[in-house]
Amino acid sequence: MKCDESRALLHPYVDDELDLVKTLDVETHLRDCNECAGVHRNLVTLQTSVRAAPYYRAPAGLAARIRSNLPAPAAAASFRWPVGRIAAAAAVVLLAATTWMSVLWLGNSPEGLLASEVTSAHVRSLMADHLWDVKSTDQHTVKPWFHGKLDFAPDVRDFSASSFPLEGGRLEYISGRPVAALVYRHEKHYINLFIWPAPGQADSGEVATNRQGYPIAHWVHAGMNYWAVSDISAEGLRQFVSVVRSGAATAATQPGAAAMQN
Amino acid sequence: MPHLDAAYNLARWLTRREHDAEDIVQEAYLRAFNAFGNFHGGDARCWLLTIVRNTCYTWLTRTRQRDAAVDSFDEAIHEVPTNASADPYVILEQHLDQEALRQAIEALPVEFREVLILREFEGLSYRQIADVANLAVGTVMSRLARARHRLAEALGAPRERVDAKEAASEMR
Repeated sequence: MKCDESRALLHPYVDDELDLVKTLDVETHLRDCNECAGVHRNLVTLQTSVRAAPYYRAPAGLAARIRSNLPAPAAAASFRWPVGRIAAAAAVVLLAATTWMSVLWLGNSPEGLLASEVTSAHVRSLMADHLWDVKSTDQHTVKPWFHGKLDFAPDVRDFSASSFPLEGGRLEYISGRPVAALVYRHEKHYINLFIWPAPGQADSGEVATNRQGYPIAHWVHAGMNYWAVSDISAEGLRQFVSVVRSGAATAATQPGAAAMQN
Repeated sequence: MPHLDAAYNLARWLTRREHDAEDIVQEAYLRAFNAFGNFHGGDARCWLLTIVRNTCYTWLTRTRQRDAAVDSFDEAIHEVPTNASADPYVILEQHLDQEALRQAIEALPVEFREVLILREFEGLSYRQIADVANLAVGTVMSRLARARHRLAEALGAPRERVDAKEAASEMR
Protein backbone atom coordinates (compact mmCIF):
# COMPACT_ATOMS: atom_id res chain seq x y z
CA MET A 1 0.00 0.00 0.00
CA LYS A 2 1.25 3.47 -0.87
CA CYS A 3 1.05 6.52 1.38
CA ASP A 4 -1.63 8.22 -0.72
CA GLU A 5 -3.91 5.24 -0.44
CA SER A 6 -3.19 4.85 3.24
CA ARG A 7 -4.03 8.52 3.91
CA ALA A 8 -7.34 8.16 2.13
CA LEU A 9 -8.18 5.16 4.31
CA LEU A 10 -7.03 6.52 7.67
CA HIS A 11 -10.32 8.27 8.48
CA PRO A 12 -12.52 5.26 7.75
CA TYR A 13 -9.88 3.22 9.57
CA VAL A 14 -10.18 5.17 12.84
CA ASP A 15 -13.97 5.12 12.38
CA ASP A 16 -14.09 1.32 12.07
CA GLU A 17 -15.58 1.58 8.60
CA LEU A 18 -13.08 -0.61 6.75
CA ASP A 19 -13.47 -4.27 6.02
CA LEU A 20 -11.00 -6.66 7.53
CA VAL A 21 -8.72 -6.90 4.53
CA LYS A 22 -8.31 -3.13 4.20
CA THR A 23 -7.90 -2.83 7.97
CA LEU A 24 -5.01 -5.25 7.88
CA ASP A 25 -3.54 -3.45 4.85
CA VAL A 26 -3.60 -0.15 6.72
CA GLU A 27 -2.14 -1.69 9.87
CA THR A 28 0.71 -3.21 7.90
CA HIS A 29 1.42 0.13 6.26
CA LEU A 30 1.31 1.98 9.60
CA ARG A 31 3.95 -0.35 10.97
CA ASP A 32 6.25 0.40 8.06
CA CYS A 33 5.69 4.12 7.51
CA ASN A 34 6.58 6.66 10.20
CA GLU A 35 4.97 9.52 8.35
CA CYS A 36 1.56 7.84 8.07
CA ALA A 37 1.86 6.52 11.63
CA GLY A 38 2.29 10.14 12.76
CA VAL A 39 -0.83 11.24 10.90
CA HIS A 40 -2.67 8.29 12.44
CA ARG A 41 -1.52 9.26 15.95
CA ASN A 42 -2.81 12.79 15.33
CA LEU A 43 -6.17 11.42 14.25
CA VAL A 44 -6.50 9.24 17.32
CA THR A 45 -5.52 12.14 19.60
CA LEU A 46 -8.04 14.35 17.90
CA GLN A 47 -10.77 11.74 18.07
CA THR A 48 -10.16 11.08 21.75
CA SER A 49 -10.18 14.79 22.52
CA VAL A 50 -13.34 15.52 20.54
CA ARG A 51 -15.10 12.68 22.33
CA ALA A 52 -14.10 14.30 25.61
CA ALA A 53 -15.63 17.63 24.51
CA PRO A 54 -18.82 18.64 26.32
CA TYR A 55 -21.81 16.43 25.67
CA TYR A 56 -24.71 18.72 26.36
CA ARG A 57 -27.31 16.77 28.29
CA ALA A 58 -30.89 17.94 28.10
CA PRO A 59 -31.59 20.43 30.88
CA ALA A 60 -33.90 19.40 33.69
CA GLY A 61 -37.47 20.21 32.89
CA LEU A 62 -37.11 19.93 29.11
CA ALA A 63 -38.78 16.52 29.05
CA ALA A 64 -41.70 17.85 31.10
CA ARG A 65 -42.05 20.85 28.82
CA ILE A 66 -42.08 18.66 25.73
CA ARG A 67 -44.67 16.39 27.30
CA SER A 68 -46.94 19.29 28.15
CA ASN A 69 -46.50 20.59 24.63
CA LEU A 70 -47.61 17.36 22.98
CA PRO A 71 -51.29 16.82 22.22
CA ALA A 72 -52.39 15.43 25.58
CA PRO A 73 -54.52 12.29 25.41
CA ALA A 74 -56.91 13.45 28.16
CA ALA A 75 -57.12 17.09 27.13
CA ALA A 76 -59.37 16.82 24.12
CA ALA A 77 -62.95 15.77 24.73
CA SER A 78 -63.89 13.95 21.56
CA PHE A 79 -62.23 11.60 19.08
CA ARG A 80 -58.67 12.71 19.75
CA TRP A 81 -58.65 10.83 23.00
CA PRO A 82 -58.60 7.30 21.60
CA VAL A 83 -56.50 8.39 18.64
CA GLY A 84 -53.85 9.65 21.00
CA ARG A 85 -53.92 6.46 23.00
CA ILE A 86 -53.72 4.28 19.92
CA ALA A 87 -50.85 6.36 18.56
CA ALA A 88 -48.99 6.03 21.85
CA ALA A 89 -49.56 2.27 21.96
CA ALA A 90 -48.53 1.96 18.32
CA ALA A 91 -45.41 3.97 19.10
CA VAL A 92 -44.44 1.59 21.88
CA VAL A 93 -45.01 -1.47 19.70
CA LEU A 94 -43.14 0.08 16.78
CA LEU A 95 -40.18 1.08 18.91
CA ALA A 96 -39.94 -2.39 20.38
CA ALA A 97 -40.25 -3.97 16.94
CA THR A 98 -37.70 -1.68 15.34
CA THR A 99 -35.19 -2.20 18.13
CA TRP A 100 -35.50 -5.91 17.61
CA MET A 101 -35.33 -5.59 13.82
CA SER A 102 -32.32 -3.33 13.86
CA VAL A 103 -30.46 -5.92 15.90
CA LEU A 104 -31.11 -8.37 13.06
CA TRP A 105 -30.22 -5.87 10.37
CA LEU A 106 -26.97 -4.98 12.00
CA GLY A 107 -25.98 -8.60 11.74
CA ASN A 108 -25.69 -8.96 15.48
CA SER A 109 -27.50 -12.27 15.43
CA PRO A 110 -25.44 -15.21 16.70
CA GLU A 111 -25.24 -16.52 13.12
CA GLY A 112 -24.10 -13.14 11.82
CA LEU A 113 -21.40 -12.85 14.47
CA LEU A 114 -20.20 -16.38 13.75
CA ALA A 115 -20.07 -15.62 10.02
CA SER A 116 -17.89 -12.59 10.79
CA GLU A 117 -15.63 -14.58 13.10
CA VAL A 118 -15.24 -17.36 10.57
CA THR A 119 -14.44 -14.88 7.80
CA SER A 120 -11.90 -13.11 10.01
CA ALA A 121 -10.23 -16.43 10.78
CA HIS A 122 -10.09 -17.24 7.08
CA VAL A 123 -8.64 -13.86 6.10
CA ARG A 124 -6.15 -13.96 8.97
CA SER A 125 -4.93 -17.38 7.91
CA LEU A 126 -4.29 -16.10 4.37
CA MET A 127 -2.77 -12.77 5.41
CA ALA A 128 -0.50 -14.21 8.03
CA ASP A 129 0.44 -17.04 5.69
CA HIS A 130 -0.52 -19.36 8.49
CA LEU A 131 -2.79 -21.86 6.86
CA TRP A 132 -1.77 -24.99 8.67
CA ASP A 133 0.03 -26.20 11.77
CA VAL A 134 0.24 -29.67 10.31
CA LYS A 135 0.78 -30.16 6.60
CA SER A 136 -0.58 -33.20 4.96
CA THR A 137 -1.34 -34.97 1.77
CA ASP A 138 -3.84 -37.32 3.34
CA GLN A 139 -6.04 -37.51 6.41
CA HIS A 140 -3.79 -39.97 8.24
CA THR A 141 -1.33 -37.36 9.43
CA VAL A 142 -3.89 -34.62 10.06
CA LYS A 143 -6.44 -36.50 12.11
CA PRO A 144 -3.99 -37.82 14.75
CA TRP A 145 -2.48 -34.34 15.05
CA PHE A 146 -5.74 -33.06 16.57
CA HIS A 147 -5.63 -35.75 19.29
CA GLY A 148 -5.11 -34.15 22.68
CA LYS A 149 -5.50 -30.67 21.21
CA LEU A 150 -9.28 -30.81 20.99
CA ASP A 151 -11.98 -32.33 23.15
CA PHE A 152 -13.57 -33.90 20.08
CA ALA A 153 -12.42 -35.81 17.01
CA PRO A 154 -13.16 -33.98 13.77
CA ASP A 155 -14.03 -36.02 10.72
CA VAL A 156 -10.92 -35.52 8.55
CA ARG A 157 -11.03 -36.58 4.92
CA ASP A 158 -9.10 -35.95 1.78
CA PHE A 159 -11.13 -35.07 -1.31
CA SER A 160 -8.32 -35.13 -3.88
CA ALA A 161 -10.46 -37.34 -6.11
CA SER A 162 -13.01 -34.53 -6.34
CA SER A 163 -10.24 -31.94 -6.89
CA PHE A 164 -10.41 -30.63 -3.33
CA PRO A 165 -7.17 -32.00 -1.84
CA LEU A 166 -6.65 -31.74 1.91
CA GLU A 167 -3.65 -29.46 2.51
CA GLY A 168 -3.42 -29.42 6.26
CA GLY A 169 -5.00 -28.52 9.55
CA ARG A 170 -4.61 -26.07 12.39
CA LEU A 171 -6.30 -24.96 15.57
CA GLU A 172 -8.50 -21.89 15.58
CA TYR A 173 -10.36 -20.14 18.34
CA ILE A 174 -13.93 -19.35 17.35
CA SER A 175 -17.03 -18.63 19.35
CA GLY A 176 -15.01 -18.81 22.54
CA ARG A 177 -13.66 -22.33 22.04
CA PRO A 178 -10.88 -24.15 20.19
CA VAL A 179 -12.05 -25.53 16.87
CA ALA A 180 -10.54 -27.65 14.11
CA ALA A 181 -9.65 -25.82 10.91
CA LEU A 182 -9.12 -28.07 7.90
CA VAL A 183 -7.55 -26.47 4.87
CA TYR A 184 -8.54 -27.65 1.41
CA ARG A 185 -7.29 -26.37 -1.90
CA HIS A 186 -9.14 -25.98 -5.15
CA GLU A 187 -6.84 -24.93 -7.97
CA LYS A 188 -5.16 -21.84 -6.54
CA HIS A 189 -7.76 -21.12 -3.88
CA TYR A 190 -7.90 -22.25 -0.29
CA ILE A 191 -10.96 -23.27 1.63
CA ASN A 192 -11.09 -23.22 5.41
CA LEU A 193 -13.46 -25.76 6.91
CA PHE A 194 -14.09 -25.13 10.61
CA ILE A 195 -15.53 -27.93 12.73
CA TRP A 196 -16.67 -27.95 16.34
CA PRO A 197 -19.31 -29.74 18.40
CA ALA A 198 -22.95 -28.65 18.25
CA PRO A 199 -24.40 -30.41 21.28
CA GLY A 200 -28.12 -30.98 21.08
CA GLN A 201 -28.47 -29.57 17.58
CA ALA A 202 -30.29 -31.52 14.90
CA ASP A 203 -28.75 -32.04 11.46
CA SER A 204 -29.51 -29.15 9.11
CA GLY A 205 -29.22 -28.38 5.44
CA GLU A 206 -26.47 -25.97 4.42
CA VAL A 207 -27.11 -22.24 4.67
CA ALA A 208 -25.14 -20.12 2.24
CA THR A 209 -24.25 -16.52 2.98
CA ASN A 210 -21.32 -14.21 2.42
CA ARG A 211 -19.21 -11.70 4.29
CA GLN A 212 -17.06 -9.03 2.62
CA GLY A 213 -17.34 -10.95 -0.62
CA TYR A 214 -16.32 -14.32 0.82
CA PRO A 215 -18.90 -17.04 0.28
CA ILE A 216 -19.69 -18.93 3.46
CA ALA A 217 -21.71 -22.08 4.04
CA HIS A 218 -22.61 -23.72 7.29
CA TRP A 219 -24.54 -26.77 8.40
CA VAL A 220 -24.86 -29.18 11.27
CA HIS A 221 -24.12 -32.86 10.78
CA ALA A 222 -23.92 -35.64 13.34
CA GLY A 223 -23.65 -33.24 16.26
CA MET A 224 -20.95 -31.08 14.67
CA ASN A 225 -21.00 -27.50 13.38
CA TYR A 226 -19.44 -27.10 9.94
CA TRP A 227 -18.49 -23.68 8.56
CA ALA A 228 -16.77 -23.42 5.17
CA VAL A 229 -15.36 -20.14 3.89
CA SER A 230 -13.21 -19.38 0.88
CA ASP A 231 -12.34 -16.91 -1.82
CA ILE A 232 -13.57 -19.25 -4.57
CA SER A 233 -16.92 -18.53 -6.21
CA ALA A 234 -20.16 -19.23 -4.37
CA GLU A 235 -20.78 -22.01 -6.90
CA GLY A 236 -17.34 -23.49 -6.20
CA LEU A 237 -18.03 -23.47 -2.48
CA ARG A 238 -21.39 -25.13 -3.05
CA GLN A 239 -19.61 -27.95 -4.92
CA PHE A 240 -17.12 -28.30 -2.10
CA VAL A 241 -19.92 -28.52 0.46
CA SER A 242 -21.70 -31.20 -1.53
CA VAL A 243 -18.44 -33.19 -1.80
CA VAL A 244 -17.86 -32.93 1.96
CA ARG A 245 -21.44 -33.84 2.76
CA SER A 246 -21.60 -36.81 0.42
CA GLY A 247 -18.25 -37.98 1.83
CA ALA A 248 -19.73 -37.92 5.31
CA ALA A 249 -22.84 -39.72 4.09
CA THR A 250 -20.76 -42.48 2.44
CA ALA A 251 -18.91 -42.98 5.69
CA ALA A 252 -22.16 -43.31 7.59
CA THR A 253 -23.38 -46.08 5.31
CA GLN A 254 -20.01 -47.85 5.18
CA PRO A 255 -18.87 -48.49 8.74
CA GLY A 256 -15.76 -50.20 7.41
CA ALA A 257 -14.53 -47.04 5.71
CA ALA A 258 -14.97 -44.99 8.86
CA ALA A 259 -13.19 -47.62 10.93
CA MET A 260 -10.22 -47.59 8.54
CA GLN A 261 -9.66 -43.96 9.19
CA ASN A 262 -9.24 -44.44 12.92
CA MET B 1 -38.60 10.90 26.66
CA PRO B 2 -36.48 8.71 24.33
CA HIS B 3 -33.13 10.00 23.01
CA LEU B 4 -33.62 13.42 24.57
CA ASP B 5 -29.93 13.92 25.45
CA ALA B 6 -28.85 12.99 21.93
CA ALA B 7 -31.40 15.37 20.47
CA TYR B 8 -30.43 18.23 22.75
CA ASN B 9 -26.70 17.71 22.29
CA LEU B 10 -27.05 17.83 18.50
CA ALA B 11 -29.23 20.93 18.60
CA ARG B 12 -26.90 22.60 21.10
CA TRP B 13 -23.84 22.04 18.91
CA LEU B 14 -25.57 22.98 15.68
CA THR B 15 -27.15 26.19 16.99
CA ARG B 16 -24.39 27.00 19.51
CA ARG B 17 -27.11 28.50 21.70
CA GLU B 18 -28.56 27.07 24.86
CA HIS B 19 -32.10 28.40 24.75
CA ASP B 20 -32.60 28.07 21.03
CA ALA B 21 -31.50 24.44 21.33
CA GLU B 22 -34.25 23.84 23.87
CA ASP B 23 -36.87 25.41 21.64
CA ILE B 24 -35.69 23.40 18.66
CA VAL B 25 -35.78 20.11 20.54
CA GLN B 26 -39.26 20.91 21.76
CA GLU B 27 -40.40 21.67 18.23
CA ALA B 28 -38.67 18.59 16.86
CA TYR B 29 -40.43 16.29 19.33
CA LEU B 30 -43.75 17.81 18.40
CA ARG B 31 -42.94 17.24 14.73
CA ALA B 32 -41.85 13.69 15.49
CA PHE B 33 -45.07 13.04 17.37
CA ASN B 34 -47.19 14.30 14.51
CA ALA B 35 -45.10 12.54 11.87
CA PHE B 36 -45.04 9.19 13.59
CA GLY B 37 -47.25 7.78 10.84
CA ASN B 38 -44.34 8.34 8.44
CA PHE B 39 -41.95 6.32 10.55
CA HIS B 40 -41.57 3.04 8.70
CA GLY B 41 -39.23 1.30 11.03
CA GLY B 42 -35.48 1.54 11.17
CA ASP B 43 -33.40 3.17 13.84
CA ALA B 44 -35.65 5.36 16.00
CA ARG B 45 -32.72 7.44 17.25
CA CYS B 46 -31.56 8.23 13.70
CA TRP B 47 -35.11 9.05 12.70
CA LEU B 48 -35.42 11.48 15.59
CA LEU B 49 -31.98 13.00 14.98
CA THR B 50 -32.97 13.58 11.35
CA ILE B 51 -35.95 15.63 12.52
CA VAL B 52 -33.82 17.55 15.03
CA ARG B 53 -31.21 18.21 12.35
CA ASN B 54 -33.80 19.48 9.87
CA THR B 55 -35.43 21.65 12.52
CA CYS B 56 -32.00 23.13 13.27
CA TYR B 57 -31.42 23.92 9.61
CA THR B 58 -34.79 25.63 9.39
CA TRP B 59 -33.86 27.70 12.43
CA LEU B 60 -30.39 28.49 11.06
CA THR B 61 -31.85 29.70 7.79
CA ARG B 62 -34.58 31.70 9.48
CA THR B 63 -32.19 33.44 11.84
CA ARG B 64 -29.60 33.89 9.10
CA GLN B 65 -27.07 32.06 11.19
CA ARG B 66 -25.71 30.40 8.11
CA ASP B 67 -23.21 32.94 6.95
CA ALA B 68 -22.21 33.56 3.36
CA ALA B 69 -19.19 31.26 3.55
CA VAL B 70 -21.41 28.35 4.51
CA ASP B 71 -24.08 29.15 1.97
CA SER B 72 -21.55 28.99 -0.80
CA PHE B 73 -20.29 25.69 0.51
CA ASP B 74 -18.94 23.80 -2.42
CA GLU B 75 -17.92 20.18 -2.22
CA ALA B 76 -15.56 20.57 -5.17
CA ILE B 77 -13.64 23.41 -3.54
CA HIS B 78 -13.68 21.70 -0.18
CA GLU B 79 -12.49 18.40 -1.48
CA VAL B 80 -10.43 16.44 0.98
CA PRO B 81 -6.74 16.42 0.49
CA THR B 82 -6.12 12.71 0.68
CA ASN B 83 -2.73 12.66 -0.93
CA ALA B 84 0.16 12.60 1.48
CA SER B 85 1.65 15.92 0.41
CA ALA B 86 -1.50 17.90 1.17
CA ASP B 87 -1.83 16.70 4.76
CA PRO B 88 -1.55 19.36 7.42
CA TYR B 89 1.90 18.97 8.88
CA VAL B 90 1.10 19.47 12.48
CA ILE B 91 1.93 17.59 15.61
CA LEU B 92 -0.85 17.48 18.12
CA GLU B 93 -0.15 17.54 21.82
CA GLN B 94 -1.36 14.45 23.63
CA HIS B 95 -3.67 16.61 25.73
CA LEU B 96 -5.46 19.25 23.76
CA ASP B 97 -6.81 22.36 25.41
CA GLN B 98 -10.47 21.46 25.77
CA GLU B 99 -11.71 25.05 25.62
CA ALA B 100 -9.74 25.70 22.43
CA LEU B 101 -11.12 22.47 21.01
CA ARG B 102 -14.70 23.45 21.83
CA GLN B 103 -14.17 26.79 20.10
CA ALA B 104 -12.56 25.12 17.11
CA ILE B 105 -15.53 22.75 16.74
CA GLU B 106 -17.97 25.64 17.02
CA ALA B 107 -16.00 27.53 14.37
CA LEU B 108 -16.47 24.73 11.85
CA PRO B 109 -19.08 25.26 9.13
CA VAL B 110 -22.28 23.61 10.24
CA GLU B 111 -22.00 21.01 7.44
CA PHE B 112 -18.73 19.79 8.96
CA ARG B 113 -19.92 20.16 12.51
CA GLU B 114 -22.95 17.94 12.08
CA VAL B 115 -21.03 14.95 10.67
CA LEU B 116 -18.43 15.31 13.42
CA ILE B 117 -21.03 15.45 16.22
CA LEU B 118 -23.01 12.52 14.82
CA ARG B 119 -19.84 10.47 14.42
CA GLU B 120 -17.95 11.25 17.63
CA PHE B 121 -20.77 11.83 20.10
CA GLU B 122 -23.47 9.55 18.84
CA GLY B 123 -21.14 6.95 17.33
CA LEU B 124 -23.21 6.71 14.15
CA SER B 125 -21.82 4.83 11.18
CA TYR B 126 -21.15 6.62 7.88
CA ARG B 127 -24.32 5.04 6.50
CA GLN B 128 -26.43 6.33 9.41
CA ILE B 129 -24.92 9.82 9.18
CA ALA B 130 -25.64 9.80 5.45
CA ASP B 131 -29.30 9.05 6.22
CA VAL B 132 -29.62 11.68 8.95
CA ALA B 133 -27.90 14.46 7.00
CA ASN B 134 -29.27 13.38 3.61
CA LEU B 135 -25.81 12.93 2.07
CA ALA B 136 -23.95 10.33 0.07
CA VAL B 137 -21.72 8.09 2.19
CA GLY B 138 -18.67 9.36 0.29
CA THR B 139 -19.61 12.93 1.19
CA VAL B 140 -19.88 11.96 4.86
CA MET B 141 -16.38 10.54 4.71
CA SER B 142 -14.90 13.57 2.96
CA ARG B 143 -16.63 16.08 5.26
CA LEU B 144 -15.49 14.19 8.32
CA ALA B 145 -11.92 14.14 7.04
CA ARG B 146 -12.15 17.83 6.22
CA ALA B 147 -13.55 18.66 9.64
CA ARG B 148 -10.67 16.87 11.31
CA HIS B 149 -8.11 18.58 9.09
CA ARG B 150 -9.51 21.93 10.14
CA LEU B 151 -9.43 21.03 13.80
CA ALA B 152 -5.87 19.77 13.49
CA GLU B 153 -4.85 23.01 11.78
CA ALA B 154 -6.56 25.08 14.45
CA LEU B 155 -5.11 23.16 17.37
CA GLY B 156 -1.78 21.90 16.16
CA ALA B 157 1.65 23.39 16.30
CA PRO B 158 2.54 23.61 12.62
CA ARG B 159 5.81 25.47 13.21
CA GLU B 160 7.39 22.58 15.07
CA ARG B 161 6.80 20.30 12.18
CA VAL B 162 7.99 22.79 9.60
CA ASP B 163 11.17 23.32 11.62
CA ALA B 164 11.67 19.60 11.82
CA LYS B 165 11.23 19.29 8.06
CA GLU B 166 13.68 22.11 7.38
CA ALA B 167 16.20 20.55 9.72
CA ALA B 168 15.76 17.27 7.93
CA SER B 169 16.29 18.81 4.50
CA GLU B 170 19.40 20.67 5.69
CA MET B 171 20.90 17.43 6.85
CA ARG B 172 20.53 15.87 3.42
